[in-house]
Amino acid sequence: MKDFGFGIKKSNVIDLDKTDWTFLREIAAEEPSFLHCFFCGTCTATCSAGKYTGFNLRRLQLLIRRGQFDEVAERVSECMLCGKCQWVCPKGVNTRHVVTLINKKLHARKIR
Amino acid sequence: MHERFANAYDPFVIPYMIGLIFVLAYLVIALVTVIKNIPMSDRKKMLRHLFSFKIFITIKDIIADCLLHIKIWKKNRLLGYMHSSIAFGWFMLIVVGHIEIFFFAPHRVNLPYYPIFFRYFMMETESTMKGSLFFFLMDFFLLMVLSGIALAMIKRIRRRLFGMRRTTRLKWNDQLAMYSLWCIFPLRFLAESFTSHISGGGFLTRSFGMIFDWFNQFINNDALIRPIWWAYSIALMVFFLTLPWSRFTHILAEALLIFMRNAGIRETDKNNGYASVEIFSCSRCGICLDPCQMVSSASLRPMATVDFTRNVRLRQHKPAMAAASYCLMCNRCVQACPVGVNSVRLKLNLKGASINYRYPNRYDYVETENSKKSETVTLTPQVVYFAGCMSHLTPKIEQSMLKIFEAAGVNYTFLDKDGGICCGRPLMLTGDREGSEQLVARNTEAILSTGAKILVCSCPICYRIFKDTYKLEGVQVLHHTEYILQLLESGMITVRKSARKGVYHDPCELGRNSGIYQQPRDVLYRVLNLQKNAYEGKDALCCGHSIAAEGMPYKKRRMIARDALHKMTEQPVDMLITACPSCKKAFAEIGEADIRDIAEIVCEQLVKRP
Repeated sequence: MKDFGFGIKKSNVIDLDKTDWTFLREIAAEEPSFLHCFFCGTCTATCSAGKYTGFNLRRLQLLIRRGQFDEVAERVSECMLCGKCQWVCPKGVNTRHVVTLINKKLHARKIR
Repeated sequence: MHERFANAYDPFVIPYMIGLIFVLAYLVIALVTVIKNIPMSDRKKMLRHLFSFKIFITIKDIIADCLLHIKIWKKNRLLGYMHSSIAFGWFMLIVVGHIEIFFFAPHRVNLPYYPIFFRYFMMETESTMKGSLFFFLMDFFLLMVLSGIALAMIKRIRRRLFGMRRTTRLKWNDQLAMYSLWCIFPLRFLAESFTSHISGGGFLTRSFGMIFDWFNQFINNDALIRPIWWAYSIALMVFFLTLPWSRFTHILAEALLIFMRNAGIRETDKNNGYASVEIFSCSRCGICLDPCQMVSSASLRPMATVDFTRNVRLRQHKPAMAAASYCLMCNRCVQACPVGVNSVRLKLNLKGASINYRYPNRYDYVETENSKKSETVTLTPQVVYFAGCMSHLTPKIEQSMLKIFEAAGVNYTFLDKDGGICCGRPLMLTGDREGSEQLVARNTEAILSTGAKILVCSCPICYRIFKDTYKLEGVQVLHHTEYILQLLESGMITVRKSARKGVYHDPCELGRNSGIYQQPRDVLYRVLNLQKNAYEGKDALCCGHSIAAEGMPYKKRRMIARDALHKMTEQPVDMLITACPSCKKAFAEIGEADIRDIAEIVCEQLVKRP
């Protein structure tokens, strides 16, 4: 088909009934504090990588809950694991462990 | 002295021989596996070491560490005696036993069981007293081992006598091996005593033999001689058969470890070869338990290093991995270890092996910022300042450092002013070496492009990786404590001393892991009334918020921080001073003391130039 440089946008509908929750559960089993997140966004505000890129942990949390793993895989490698988010998190989420686990699980599932 | 039996054989030697053949086969396989897993250059090093004069130093070290346990003596005399009496006594029993054979039955040298059951096979004739020296020596060393085993039993009940608050919990494999080891020597003593009216004996075995002789009028204890030799042989067999799965592999692995270490072989990033010798050298003595703050402050007993090495050895991956992700990597256990097992390295290797992902060029986004920066710098700065991610969370440290630079009139550039990038050490501590290398390459480029000759960093975590891993040729890496001391000594800044009292906390990465103890103290003596406390220098406590422990829950970290803070501020002081932004935050969060960074306190006490 001829490429006109524009096309029909893909549907953005997220069907939560079809979301794969096993990924979330697997991470939560190894790092229970993963579920403590209440999306305040403090981690995003302090993120070193987020300053240069679109990476932020709050979004990762949201994307995983929505089952948008392709987008998670796109972003998660940008984290430098510096640990600032862990210090500022008001709920004591072990953010560094969460990111490491997301990386490992994505690769175990060959999403990336 | 002559032989009792012409065939020099009795069926009770069979269990012992089974055990011996098994253990020798195991040793050969283990040694071949280790040698197979080390690189060719290391094999050459081992061979060269074997035929050099340095081998005598190795022999000396092996005697001092494996037999006499000098390092444990330094910790506690009773504990030292317990270990060395068993090891040295047993070794001497084997040596003297073999010498005895050479003297009295040289034609039996080819029988490996002969020295073990010597007293059964030999008979003392009244006319020869030649054996008396050997009788004495054998009994002396047997008594030594027996006393050691008695102490080992007491230690299981009253470990505080031995300077230990905690000791290892044993699983069935270790228990079986340990109880059979405990049985070997009392059984040998009984067997030799029962036989002493035939074979003769020294002060111990003959004296007790006489008591048993007295019982002879009631029961014929000659009938007991063979059963007890059987029991002795079976105890030896059980010990040998359980050895590969127990902690007693350390007996031989430790000697190999010392040999390899002295040959110049160093740990690699894999847990095979040298590292596997380290794992098998762990004797599970439990000396590392008391220093571990996870155990003492956060009741995380299953995460202790002793159990970690056992789990690695028995291939229990899950608990081993959990321990690795909980470990603060403060190095307190490594420092306490009498064998010198670098368990932190083993944990890092395990974490590294679990990383299943690789991303090429994942930090390319960093480059643009750096190239922008290098264009704007016009004058080559003397100093490049790298605050580090953690310092960005404690802006007071950064501001103080900038004020100090200005007061000293130094031309500096602030590398990570805009939030900056990570040094790569946190990635390395999660085991992701490749990712870390990418950041190292980015930062190296950025630092070298500034043209400065001195790199000052505020965070000990960054400091360590800058020093150990980065290849910054022509650039001197300094932590801000070192740099401030240089400024003070050269008179570039002057400070006035305040009367406030403070204690200094050595951050793990700066003190124990990089050896910077004196410089911060030299600075602090000039600015305030520095008090001593019991947890200084190598005994410094970890703040619990180590970047290495990614798996440890926040509550546990806080418990460790609180406990450490309480211990360090037992005496009334105005403030606790540290040199690490992460430690500062950890202690400040507890909210029970005034926590300052060394840069802040120096900045406060600066004397402004006219």
